[in-house]
Amino acid sequence: MRWSALLKRLALIPPTLLGVGAIVFVLLRVVPGDPIAMMIPPGASPADIARLRALYGLDQPLLSQFITWLGQVASGDFGRSISLRQQVFELVGARLPATLELAALSVVLALLMGTAVALVGSLLRGTRAEWLLDTANGFFLAIPDFLWALILLLGFGVLLPLLPISGRLDPQLAIAFRTHFYLVESLLTLRLDIAADLLRHMLLPSLALALPFAALVARLLKAQLAEAEDQDYAQIARTRGFSRTTILQREVFPNALIPTVALSGVQVTLLLGGTVLVERIFSYEGIGNMAIDAVINRDFPLIQGLILTFAVLFIALNLAVDLLVALLDPRLRHG
Amino acid sequence: MSAILEIDNLHVAIGAANVLRGVSLRVEAGEVRGLVGESGAGKSMVGRTIFGLLPSRAKITAGCVSFEGRDLLALPDRQRRDLLGRRIALIPQDPMTSLNPVRRIGAQMAAVLQLHLKLSKRAALARAAELLTEVAIRDPARVLTLYPHELSGGMRQRVLIATAFACDPSLVIADEPTTALDVTVQRQVLQLVERMRQRHGAAILFVTHDLGVVAKICRSMTVLHAGRVLEDGLTADVLVKPHHAYTRALLAATPRADRPADALKPVPPALIESLWAEAHRLDQLAAARPA
Repeated sequence: MRWSALLKRLALIPPTLLGVGAIVFVLLRVVPGDPIAMMIPPGASPADIARLRALYGLDQPLLSQFITWLGQVASGDFGRSISLRQQVFELVGARLPATLELAALSVVLALLMGTAVALVGSLLRGTRAEWLLDTANGFFLAIPDFLWALILLLGFGVLLPLLPISGRLDPQLAIAFRTHFYLVESLLTLRLDIAADLLRHMLLPSLALALPFAALVARLLKAQLAEAEDQDYAQIARTRGFSRTTILQREVFPNALIPTVALSGVQVTLLLGGTVLVERIFSYEGIGNMAIDAVINRDFPLIQGLILTFAVLFIALNLAVDLLVALLDPRLRHG
Repeated sequence: MSAILEIDNLHVAIGAANVLRGVSLRVEAGEVRGLVGESGAGKSMVGRTIFGLLPSRAKITAGCVSFEGRDLLALPDRQRRDLLGRRIALIPQDPMTSLNPVRRIGAQMAAVLQLHLKLSKRAALARAAELLTEVAIRDPARVLTLYPHELSGGMRQRVLIATAFACDPSLVIADEPTTALDVTVQRQVLQLVERMRQRHGAAILFVTHDLGVVAKICRSMTVLHAGRVLEDGLTADVLVKPHHAYTRALLAATPRADRPADALKPVPPALIESLWAEAHRLDQLAAARPA
């Protein structure tokens, strides 16, 4: 990607976020449900209700509420959560690292599994085993992440209780972390016992997220490998005496990777969306789980903050995928 | 002279269709032989058989291919791979698709030298630069660092020619190497192939549909139609006194500078039909014969 193209992409980010913010802001206030009604004790007087409403600025016209919020957000103030009575920025900042670590682990697991399946499938081409592998892959692709979460919960949490099924860390192991990236921090400070416990807690939810994504990666990569293997340059490598594995590794795989990354990279956003339900199922304290509570409590400032966070993540992810594709494909690098 | 490549009575079928119906041809050490035929004649299949690149449904039903006295078709995979790229090399048809788009020219050329001559990466790159100089590429050190899309079609074909001769093979199969190029570049490429052949002492099997090219650079030629050899001999003899009606028709259909364009005659459809009828009759005879 050339610099001008990159700048153009970066320039599009603020208007995109503004659009997302406006839609969420309006939608929240149009759908039924009142945050004040959720927080007042029964029997509060109408005067009390009006006072609370004014405190959160909810008595103002929609447009002026929006402009006030926009001004605050622009200066880094995302408001106070109505239900948790803390700054949204701090709340999200404390939970986001948990989700990022979970999503990153899921993507790594999915890439490893998907690539392995695609490579094995390519070597088995034309055999009965390939057909079996493809069928199994379709099965994994068809089951959504939240269903995998329930299946894994039942399998490895209940029937065969090998792994913890809720939370992020055994409370007995909790130490005073300096950051909220517990896994990264415990690895860097060599607290491997804590890292191991964190991973044990993350394994089931990250598998639930990874399995359908791995199946997608496997299917895409396998098709691309087959296509690249038919290309002239791969055939010509055979006329030069290279072995099939060498050709797969040097000629076919780097070429098949480009469309696979471009197509599946965008799907990582789906995986991030999947964290909402999967975190809930495993009581994992990330922003997905927090989003559900925020919606239940009609916590307008928190919902808005969370949606903007997801929007920023999606945009960053798309940009990262494009940069990665350009890194893999010299034809794009030189424009 | 001794034959380095000897194809004897080669039969290849794809599914129920016969594509080669008993092809025999010899290539002597250091000679340039033209393998001529229209599309569908089976000339590419001959090359594919030698390199083991036949489509998965294709079957070699009879015949043998011997290279430097060894039966290529019976050779174990590892030994065959040791010959490919080192003793037998290919100059491919389409320079635009024959180089890996994501690897640098240097890495692609060096890989062959590392594999067969066991050179170090550094030595292989140095040798690759020498080879590029031989095919008249200026600033070879820089070209080695480029990706294929940064080179013109003519440049890419030079890279492929240089790579083919990298390990001093005794046989180079040139599969219509000029077809995808501009007419102006074609001539240069032909001269280059001839120069590299002399320098490295290889024999060349030049697969083409262009009798003009054959007349220019081939000492001997084989005319193929419907997977059968119709004519075989020294180019000078075949072009002056063709034995087969089909060769005569092909010659009459080839543009020449010393003839007006309206003197060109297409190959008569009746002749083509009778050739195909004969081919199918042979198929039936072969099918009726007990194996």
